[in-house]
Amino acid sequence: MLKTNLCSIQLKNPTILASGILGVTKESVDRIGKSGAGAVTLKSLCHEERAGNANPTMFSYDGTFLNAVGLPGQGIDSAMKDFGRLDNLSVPVIGSIYGYRIGQFGEVAKKMASLKPAMIEVDISCPHMDYGKPYYADPQLTAKVTKTVKQNTGKIPVSIKLSPNVYDIKEIAHAAEKSGADAITAINTATGMVIDINAKKPILANKIGGISGPALKPIAVRCVYEIYETVNIPIIGTGGVTYGKDAIEMVMAGATAVGIGTGIYYRGNEVFRKVCDEMIQWMKKNKVKNLGEIQGAAHK
Amino acid sequence: MLEIADVVQEGKSQKSFFFRHSIDSKPGQFIMVWLPSVDEKPMAVSYRSKNEFAFTSQAIGIFTNALDRLKKGDKLGIRGPYGNSFSLKNNSCVVAGGVGISSVSTLIDSLKNPLIIYGARSKENLIYMKRYEDKKMIIATDDGSFGRKGFTTDALDELLSTKKIKIVYTCGPEIMMKKIFEICRKHKVELEASLERYMACGFGICGKCMINDRICCIDGPIFNSKQLNQMPDFGNFARLKSGRKVTLKEYHSVH
Repeated sequence: MLKTNLCSIQLKNPTILASGILGVTKESVDRIGKSGAGAVTLKSLCHEERAGNANPTMFSYDGTFLNAVGLPGQGIDSAMKDFGRLDNLSVPVIGSIYGYRIGQFGEVAKKMASLKPAMIEVDISCPHMDYGKPYYADPQLTAKVTKTVKQNTGKIPVSIKLSPNVYDIKEIAHAAEKSGADAITAINTATGMVIDINAKKPILANKIGGISGPALKPIAVRCVYEIYETVNIPIIGTGGVTYGKDAIEMVMAGATAVGIGTGIYYRGNEVFRKVCDEMIQWMKKNKVKNLGEIQGAAHK
Repeated sequence: MLEIADVVQEGKSQKSFFFRHSIDSKPGQFIMVWLPSVDEKPMAVSYRSKNEFAFTSQAIGIFTNALDRLKKGDKLGIRGPYGNSFSLKNNSCVVAGGVGISSVSTLIDSLKNPLIIYGARSKENLIYMKRYEDKKMIIATDDGSFGRKGFTTDALDELLSTKKIKIVYTCGPEIMMKKIFEICRKHKVELEASLERYMACGFGICGKCMINDRICCIDGPIFNSKQLNQMPDFGNFARLKSGRKVTLKEYHSVH
């Protein structure tokens, strides 16, 4: 019932581990695969090793989760040795990449492509980068990055991960599609802050962080809805999906697949299996045979 | 943010920070301690009573030296407890190395007549001596300034050769714990060890503390012999903050 075709990649279900949660090692990828995810996205890698921000890098309260991990990563060269191939794991793997300058996106994408991931996701949208102009906020820059990555990845499909921290996400998505993107991942975290009133200081060492978890969901649903009206390529709807009903909502907004990250914090690694079970239950109750029947339903 | 109710000098560079709050922690669990503008790190709960708990820190790095300067009345952010806990079995031996004893101290408080083997570099680094004066203890110092001269591992090997012990619990330098793992395997005695890795979240999502396929902060920090046996990284490798896997020696030179 949940079988999903994402850019010709056959997924046993539409749930995908979002980039940034676990996904740091080969063993953790396998582990998430075994816990039921349809695909697993690696934590983003760039051309160099980065330790990331100082702790605290994460904080949660109520339905809100904030992080400012600052893109830590061992770097693509070290990861190539650490991971080896990515096409022989228990689950399809999406390699997430980024660079500081546009040329570096291409360089890292080429190396990632040599590991043969099922898909490459391009993180143009991490809100913590402090290197020049953000690529996510300008359709022309998004187009340049997309073209550069596509020139270096052969037949491997490429998804561009967008940020909600823009005036008009539609024009960015359109620029990515026009430049050859095979899919859109929407969305990355929205920027936010939480202050400890006793310490009189922002809790995160980086002060500003990215909001994820249930608080992000309405923003993500809105973005997916808008992007679906703008492009014809598939969308990986990501942001606050915690329960099966959230995933159904994303699909109705127009998503083909559904990213889950912070959901692990609320429901453990089993969140993938639980979300799938809940989706099936809802579909049976509402006599829906496959997700295609309800994809984009909210637009009709 | 919790106010420090008391600071107790435990050894030359070790202090315990007490809070007048109850905590629902089990032996072996840890808390994340936040010192604003400095850092946030995992610390074992080292004392626990109905209305009070503490952690014990040894001043060795930037964070622990900043903690060392704190006074009664200062505030720290505390979240947790996190992680799994030790089993509580009778006829046990607890082997502690250095400040690692603070990770097994509430375990010692909960066990019935444990035998303790406790090692430190020298006399001035031994802590909790008064706290455990009624317990059966074998003390070893590297320089022989107190107790027997030598290592906890030799003391354990001798003990297990002569006495029937059901389970060994340990926390200390990983190289020591690796030896203890081998000694326990030789004598066919169960082992539970408390491991340490660089942590950020403490609840199993950031993936920084992976030891092979185990997530140290939620699957551990306590691992038994069977699990340790499936963890080739144990005693050999750890991941830096960036996620790159390095030798334990390199790891300890950075973190």
